[in-house]
Amino acid sequence: MTQAFRLENGGLINRDKKLSFKFNGKTYYGYEGDTLASALIANGVHLVGRSFKYHRPRGFFGAGVDEPYAIVQLYRNNETEPNIKATEQELFEGLEAKSVNCWPSVNFDIGAINNFLKIFLPAGFYYKTFMWPKSFWYRVYEPFIRKAAGLGVASTKHDKERYEHKYEYCDLLIAGSGPSGLASAYAAAKNGARIILAEDKPRFGGSLLTSDVNIGNQSGEDWANSIIAELKEMPNVVVKNRSQVFGYYDHNMLVMSEKVSDHLPKTKKYHPKQRLWYIRAKEVLISSGSIERPLVFGNNDTPGVMLSSAAKEYLKVYGVLVGKNPLVFTNNDSGYETAIEFKKNGINPIILDSRVNPQSEIINEAINLGIKIKFSYVVVAAQGYKKVNSADIAKISDNKKQLGTVENIKCDCICVSGFWTPTIHLASQSGNKTKFKEEIDAFVPGTSKQNETTLGAANGIFTLEETLKDSFTAGQDLSKKITNNDNKISFPNVVEKKSSQHDKFWCVPLPEGKNYKRFLDFQNDVSVSDIEIALKEGYRSIEHVKRYTTLGMATDQGKTSNLNGLQLVSEIENKVVPAVGHTTFRPPYTPISIGAIVGREVGKHSKPTRKSPMHSWHEKNNAIFVDAGVWLRPRYYKQGNETLFEASKREAKNVRTNVGVCDVTTLGKIDIKGPDAAELLNRVYTNAWLKLPVGKARYGVMLREDGIVMDDGTTTRISENHYHMTTTTAQAANVLSHLEYYLQLVWPELNVNVVSTTEQWAGAAIAGPKSRKLLEKLFPNNDVSNEGLPFMGYLESDLFGVKARIFRISFSGELAYEVNVESDNGNFMWEKIIKLGQEFQVQPYGTEALSTLRIEMGHVAGSELDGRTIPYDTSLDGLVSKKKDFIGKRSLNREAFISEDRQKIVGVVPLDKKTSIPEGSHLVKDAKAPLPNKKLGHISASCWSVEHDNPFSLAILKDGKNMIGEKLFVMSPLKNKVIPVEIVSSHYVDPKGERVRS
Amino acid sequence: MLHIKCPYCGMRSQNEFSYGGDASVKRPELNKEISDQEWDSFVYNRKSLRGKHLELWQHLSGCRQWIKVERDTATHEIFNTHKADEEIS
Repeated sequence: MTQAFRLENGGLINRDKKLSFKFNGKTYYGYEGDTLASALIANGVHLVGRSFKYHRPRGFFGAGVDEPYAIVQLYRNNETEPNIKATEQELFEGLEAKSVNCWPSVNFDIGAINNFLKIFLPAGFYYKTFMWPKSFWYRVYEPFIRKAAGLGVASTKHDKERYEHKYEYCDLLIAGSGPSGLASAYAAAKNGARIILAEDKPRFGGSLLTSDVNIGNQSGEDWANSIIAELKEMPNVVVKNRSQVFGYYDHNMLVMSEKVSDHLPKTKKYHPKQRLWYIRAKEVLISSGSIERPLVFGNNDTPGVMLSSAAKEYLKVYGVLVGKNPLVFTNNDSGYETAIEFKKNGINPIILDSRVNPQSEIINEAINLGIKIKFSYVVVAAQGYKKVNSADIAKISDNKKQLGTVENIKCDCICVSGFWTPTIHLASQSGNKTKFKEEIDAFVPGTSKQNETTLGAANGIFTLEETLKDSFTAGQDLSKKITNNDNKISFPNVVEKKSSQHDKFWCVPLPEGKNYKRFLDFQNDVSVSDIEIALKEGYRSIEHVKRYTTLGMATDQGKTSNLNGLQLVSEIENKVVPAVGHTTFRPPYTPISIGAIVGREVGKHSKPTRKSPMHSWHEKNNAIFVDAGVWLRPRYYKQGNETLFEASKREAKNVRTNVGVCDVTTLGKIDIKGPDAAELLNRVYTNAWLKLPVGKARYGVMLREDGIVMDDGTTTRISENHYHMTTTTAQAANVLSHLEYYLQLVWPELNVNVVSTTEQWAGAAIAGPKSRKLLEKLFPNNDVSNEGLPFMGYLESDLFGVKARIFRISFSGELAYEVNVESDNGNFMWEKIIKLGQEFQVQPYGTEALSTLRIEMGHVAGSELDGRTIPYDTSLDGLVSKKKDFIGKRSLNREAFISEDRQKIVGVVPLDKKTSIPEGSHLVKDAKAPLPNKKLGHISASCWSVEHDNPFSLAILKDGKNMIGEKLFVMSPLKNKVIPVEIVSSHYVDPKGERVRS
Repeated sequence: MLHIKCPYCGMRSQNEFSYGGDASVKRPELNKEISDQEWDSFVYNRKSLRGKHLELWQHLSGCRQWIKVERDTATHEIFNTHKADEEIS
């Protein structure tokens, strides 16, 4: 037990619960309520990583979300996660973490040689150096940069954790539970508004936990606790800690990430690790506070140099000393608060204040406590490599240009305060044009863009009394608008110390003859000289300077560096800061895990899975399934050791010789009713529909307005004003929207209703020469002869007591029927077909055999109707009516569509009758022609013809009409194949279509 | 994510809708003789406006009605929504 930097008392940690954890393999102890950072500092560990570019030693700089240094690789419950901020990660028993960006170890890092080569690594180094020779990029430069860069290693294992999404609505969303968040939430809650109050840290209260103030005769912390306790009891209030509102999107939708289990050794059963909240709020109160700005001086990145507010937070929240011999370097009164806290705990700090002669209550208190203060003094440079051991300090002239004699004083940490930067990210994301506030040298939100109101420090207001007053009023007024309640809240008495004006000075000049690095961006190692180089090289826009130098990039997104960067640019350019402007604030405010963004939509849950009513039968009968859109369809039914090829050949052959049955439930089905139904079909399809008799089906093709084929299928006239349309599986949803579009917007005068019935009917296609015999067994009371039920005929019947529809239609090109029953009876139908079909050698067939059958028949499907073909291309031009108008007809006259050598569907057979032709291959005239070899067409679908027992493909070929009999080559560079082929008719089997009519 | 007021169902999130393009486009009447230019401009030519735009959306995962939405394409502000057959002044 060597928590040498832990105070005997104090802090908000639970000293009764000691936790052990490992950092870089060494075991340490901390307490419940610690962060990994506070526990490490308590153990005197200040070296936690190496910097991105120069591999300089890295310690802790902040105590929260703004942390640029302490990024670790976390190990939890056999999983690992990169880029975890030690300042945010709560300690749990058994936590393990490692440093990143160092090799072989954090104490001895070979990459640190970059530090001595820094002259070679200026701004834009990578852009300038790795340009040539070109061939070096993939072999040398990229692998080198990849190895050198990066902050951690992502796990390659499947993430077993669960992440959830939640949608929520509220009247007021309040982001941040500091004084402004609590006051506004309290006032609005009293008015009965529905509220979500979000706090990114584990503890509520924000700055109240660390500041020495009094509200209504309570300490700030006690007041915060009492308000939170009361809010938690109210039914209209949701209070969430560990929850970061990170994005403000359109129409007042905000996204919040709740870390449900990251602070626990293991996620509890049935709990998610993280939860992403999509919140639609009527009003948004941004009470996100502010972040302290660093001061810039030589070697200001040395471990031990940190924000004074962070030092205070480690003291007051965690009971941890960041050093025992602290130096506080400040340009405003905030540094004094930290110094006073040190003093109260028996530590003697020294304050260096850049101001000449400031006067305020806090300064007087520090003087009265006997703290040593040096006015007009600055830190010139921190000394020490892995930890600060002393500081070079000097007096600075009133104009801040000249340094006096440099002296060295011993210290073990330097707490810096360069005043405060309002956290305006959410306001800016909402579209708010920010404005520069001269008094605080920072940007604050301007006029609200959406329904957002920014309060307190986030709005550039740094006194507690004003913050509370504004926030009570905002909470009251905004909730009153929504609930019409008007509960008056008496304003509590506030005691706080008055501050004096801060100093605009922030960057210490270099002493004569010294070339210290003065860092602006601590995560990306961007120093003052880098910005100077970028500007010298002509970069002007702040967005360009950012990308060239990497200022304000990476995981902290410049939370501590942006404003200092802007100030430097404006100084060099001799412009005012608002003229330079700031880079765009984009969500997320802080890194969000990919798991949280994906949520539950992982693997099979990434889209719905639709199964036909016969699915369990298929499963029991060794079906191998394939994804068909969102549907699962049997691809083939495996017998013994069969391969896909063998099984599909067997199934297809059985259809051609006996009878097969295929589950066609997935086909889109649309019920069309109304007196103008025929007229609608006549306008939607290319062929004529007005004279289709009741009880008959017809095949139709529909186009888009640009003349391209959209879909095909059969539609059956069930009764006078009632039709049953089928679509392809893939286009079902689009066709329905298409019909609704024309009915609702273009021809609202048509009296027709359309509705999807895809899921209401189960369908089985019964195909093969013996299908009629099987049908006779299934429907003994019906006349299913060629006369009683001719090709394209329709019958309503019952299948052993179950209502059934029988369509005589064929996709396989054989004598075939399609039977539909209500979905609940699907399995009953299927089992009857299988049972009664035994004597006719019935076999189920899957989509692979289905494709084979349609390809050798030359029937087109999705691979030919691919969004690029017109009816002519697919030999469907016979279905295009010359007499009537229909959707897309006018486009068919386009020049390219009527050209003489227009592409057309053809059949392709390899000359050796053996070599399979890969789908997607190109057809060329001369296999040996120099590249680029002119493409004449492409293979759209391939199969092994069971009728001819050789490979057969369909192709879309230029001038296909006149190419029958030609010898061409199929080329597939992907499969390294060149196959000599002959072009034949696309109707390879039964070209006259006799079987379907037999 | 946009928040769109369906005239039939009320305020709904954008993910219930699908976008349908410019609502001011009129399909030429059936069987009407028109020039190639007129037809091409109906099929292909759309203005890509920055600013106020009248557009079609279908409440796909809701009432399935096509509606007209007056929206600013630059700011995403929605001024008004209308039923398909509503006259827009």
